[in-house]
Amino acid sequence: MRIEKKFKEISIKDRSALITYVTAGDPSLDVTPDIVFKLEESGADIVELGVPFSDPMADGPAIQLASERALESGTTLHGVLDTVRKVRMHSEIPILLFGYYNPFYAYGLRKLAEDAREVGADGILVVDLPPEEAEEVKVHTDNEGLDLVFLLAPTSTTERIKLVSDHASGFVYLVSVTGVTGERPNFDYSLDSIIKEIRTYIKLPVGIGFGVSSPLQAKKIAGMADAVIVGSSIVRLIEKHRNNKRKLFGELSEFVRGLSQACIKQELKHKDMKIM
Amino acid sequence: METKLKYPDEMGRFGKYGGRYVSETLMPALLELEEAYFETKDDPEFIEELDYYLSEYAGRPTPLYFAERMTRDLGGAKIYLKREDLAHTGAHKINNTLGQALLASRMRKGRVIAETGAGQHGVATATVAALLKMECEIFMGLEDTKRQAINVFRMKLLGAKVNEVNSGTKTLKDAMNEAMRDWITNVGNTFYMIGSVAGPHPYPMMVRDFQSIIGKEAKEQIMDKEGRLPDLLIACVGGGSNAMGLFYPFIEDKKVKMIGVEAAGYGLGTGKHAASITAGEVGVLHGSKTYILQNSDGQVTGTHSIAAGLDYPGVGPEHSLLNDSKRVTYTAVEDDEALEAFKFLSQIEGIIPALETAHGLAYSMKIAPKMSKDSIIIICLSGRGDKDIHSVADVLG
Repeated sequence: MRIEKKFKEISIKDRSALITYVTAGDPSLDVTPDIVFKLEESGADIVELGVPFSDPMADGPAIQLASERALESGTTLHGVLDTVRKVRMHSEIPILLFGYYNPFYAYGLRKLAEDAREVGADGILVVDLPPEEAEEVKVHTDNEGLDLVFLLAPTSTTERIKLVSDHASGFVYLVSVTGVTGERPNFDYSLDSIIKEIRTYIKLPVGIGFGVSSPLQAKKIAGMADAVIVGSSIVRLIEKHRNNKRKLFGELSEFVRGLSQACIKQELKHKDMKIM
Repeated sequence: METKLKYPDEMGRFGKYGGRYVSETLMPALLELEEAYFETKDDPEFIEELDYYLSEYAGRPTPLYFAERMTRDLGGAKIYLKREDLAHTGAHKINNTLGQALLASRMRKGRVIAETGAGQHGVATATVAALLKMECEIFMGLEDTKRQAINVFRMKLLGAKVNEVNSGTKTLKDAMNEAMRDWITNVGNTFYMIGSVAGPHPYPMMVRDFQSIIGKEAKEQIMDKEGRLPDLLIACVGGGSNAMGLFYPFIEDKKVKMIGVEAAGYGLGTGKHAASITAGEVGVLHGSKTYILQNSDGQVTGTHSIAAGLDYPGVGPEHSLLNDSKRVTYTAVEDDEALEAFKFLSQIEGIIPALETAHGLAYSMKIAPKMSKDSIIIICLSGRGDKDIHSVADVLG
């Protein structure tokens, strides 16, 4: 519910939501709540909390390494849920658990949904769970009132957009490129037609992620989507400054503030879209 | 429980196993592949073309060799070896890569990628890519490029680019992660040739179908030689493609027992092994639900086997079903036993088997002496062992 509420709040402000991703437990679960608070304070509207996995098949180097660091620091799904509870004591920011299927499956799907709701998480996104395989999860997330967020990609056909529309809640996550997660200097903005198609069939907000790494890119995305999703470049900051908290929080704050500013919608002229 | 030839279902599931657990970016590609495969597999032109290459290029049918000396030495069941080591490139892997490459060229994909553990599938992929003039990139764990250096050289010689994978455990599972990442990125022009009966649907079905030539031939050959079906089939199981290839055509012959032999590494008790069915739990890895080796938190654990091709924490989903339905029995043998079998077959029959294959042989050495002299075992001799000479020399000194 927090996710829906947040999007409503934002839509009247004429801006896009800023969704930030961090891998829980990177560099350690002790630090994760403070990172989340810092993200929120700097303008993040929703947080995706990555559940680390040994085999992150859809991730580029930045998030692969973050996953490794998190696992090395002893992060488990139990620990991640505990961390959500700690965040929830001080913050109402919507939290989406973001991960691969096996750790969720091993935890037990019913128990996962129950515990996730109980600690105050708002939804789950499973990278390797297309709608065809989602029934065994959805029955539990629905029961607990959690959003189950699905991905769409530039390769998605009309049929698949319709299929996602039957299953999705919260928002839809449009992957901007055919590729793994990670920053990209050149960004392909030719998403107009797929966004138009998504909007035809899906009434939920649309967020765009994968490869968004600068305020300039965020601004372009904000011009076409309801949410801008940024992950790898935040994860890189954590990687770089993980041994110096003050520096880390300073840099995070500055970077996220810049992104948040960029999420204010403005009329984009067509020629601007082509500059990149 | 009944096991009929009805799997997978339309969702790509083998009972509760299999499926398509992949990121959305790949779903359209898997659906396209499934459709292309269904359109192609029964096309007489495709069948003729594949048959042509299988016989003229790969050297099929491979012999079903009566291992008379081995039989005499073990003193029990008659042992036949299905000589996949004599197929072009030295292993059964070519059966599958020829099929997939011909399909890829019909789908007008100019670039093929593959993961490889022991390098056998990588070599078989690089070979067909050279044959059909396709661009080829192979992903191989750094650990494996060291212990299978000869195969790395072969792949390069064949014109493939070999990418050393330095992430995670630096073995087959990480090579597969990296191949998946490449496929996600280049899905438009790239055909991913999975080398085992693993991965998301339609791979487990498609690879099984292409490898079933092993069992079809073996069935005809044993009928010719013995006038009856065998009592027991034995094959090693990593991902499980040679085993599935041998077993599948016999599935409905209820009297034929089947044993899949996994890698017990240093011993199942040590935690350093690769016996996914024997010692694993149900989970989801590389696109399908199946038995995998994992910890209680759902993290996939590192594996160990002396045989790089078995050093994988998962197994094809159909094997998981065949295990649960008890149609196939799965067991595991340790590195040392496989090494013994490696030496044994080399010396008694003058055939140097792959270390993977040696696992199946090792189990047959245990069970054959306990069987009557008129019983028949067929072992899938899935590959030859030239590639393993260095690692065996390291261990045996």
